[in-house]
Amino acid sequence: MNASSVASVPAPDFDALAVGDIVAEQSFPLTRDALVRYAGASGDFNPIHYRDDIAKAVGLPGVLAHGMLTMGFAVQPVVDWVGDPGRIRDYQARFTRPVVVDPEVGAVVAVIAKVGQLDADARTARIDLTVKVGDETVLGKTQVVVGLG
Amino acid sequence: MPVNPELQGRALPPSEPYLVGREKVREFARAVFATNPIHLDVDAARAAGHTDVVAPPTFAVVLQALALDELLAQPDTGIDFSRVVHGDQRFTASRAIVAGDELTAQLTVTSVKTLGAHSMVSAATAVTDASGDHVVTAISTLVVRGDD
Repeated sequence: MNASSVASVPAPDFDALAVGDIVAEQSFPLTRDALVRYAGASGDFNPIHYRDDIAKAVGLPGVLAHGMLTMGFAVQPVVDWVGDPGRIRDYQARFTRPVVVDPEVGAVVAVIAKVGQLDADARTARIDLTVKVGDETVLGKTQVVVGLG
Repeated sequence: MPVNPELQGRALPPSEPYLVGREKVREFARAVFATNPIHLDVDAARAAGHTDVVAPPTFAVVLQALALDELLAQPDTGIDFSRVVHGDQRFTASRAIVAGDELTAQLTVTSVKTLGAHSMVSAATAVTDASGDHVVTAISTLVVRGDD
């Protein structure tokens, strides 16, 4: 059984894009239950993602979101913009700063997706993501290459 | 114990086939706030040209985690898991993963570097489907913190 890599959902118009365009923006409120849900779905049960005592014992400021959880939702505004996850060719991120998730107030992660580079021959766009909690960037070099041909 | 430098170049045997379940795709999609109906609704996925619900772009982390667990279970790695943090991650995809895919993962340690007291272990997990075609490669760098 093979999935079709070319979907029938219309893609954004490559020719209408310019470097610097903001294509999507979204904020994600994170709570402790989101961390537990991701632990179960991903199989990453490192206790620093749900136990305050263990997080403190290993010198962390508190319970942290999984880096892969933040990377996982940061791409969703781009998926919604391109219409189909099959158009995501390449996606990378550096985990530069942990996201501390307070037991009561949680944390809010803001994502801005901007056109970083256009390849007219391949008809691909590199979308650069800014991923921040407050004024602090939590993911570095977060780039998504999407095929729009 | 330092990370064993001889890990560089080590290739694990290919994993047992992993059958991607529809409910697993839905569970993972909900966990990463993926609300596009293509991830959740079979009719929406089929209308978009897929055979079944489509996994979010980072789903291959599930297979990568199983492969990394196998690597860490080897007795000679020198990697203390409680000191491991995730440094970076990349997915290079030929196509999206869909429910019903039977996937095999194969991990290779691509580099082991020492930076002061810390070690950085990079691994590439190549995921192929039942036809042997490439689906996605997940590339991960683990930072193993040394003594502070």
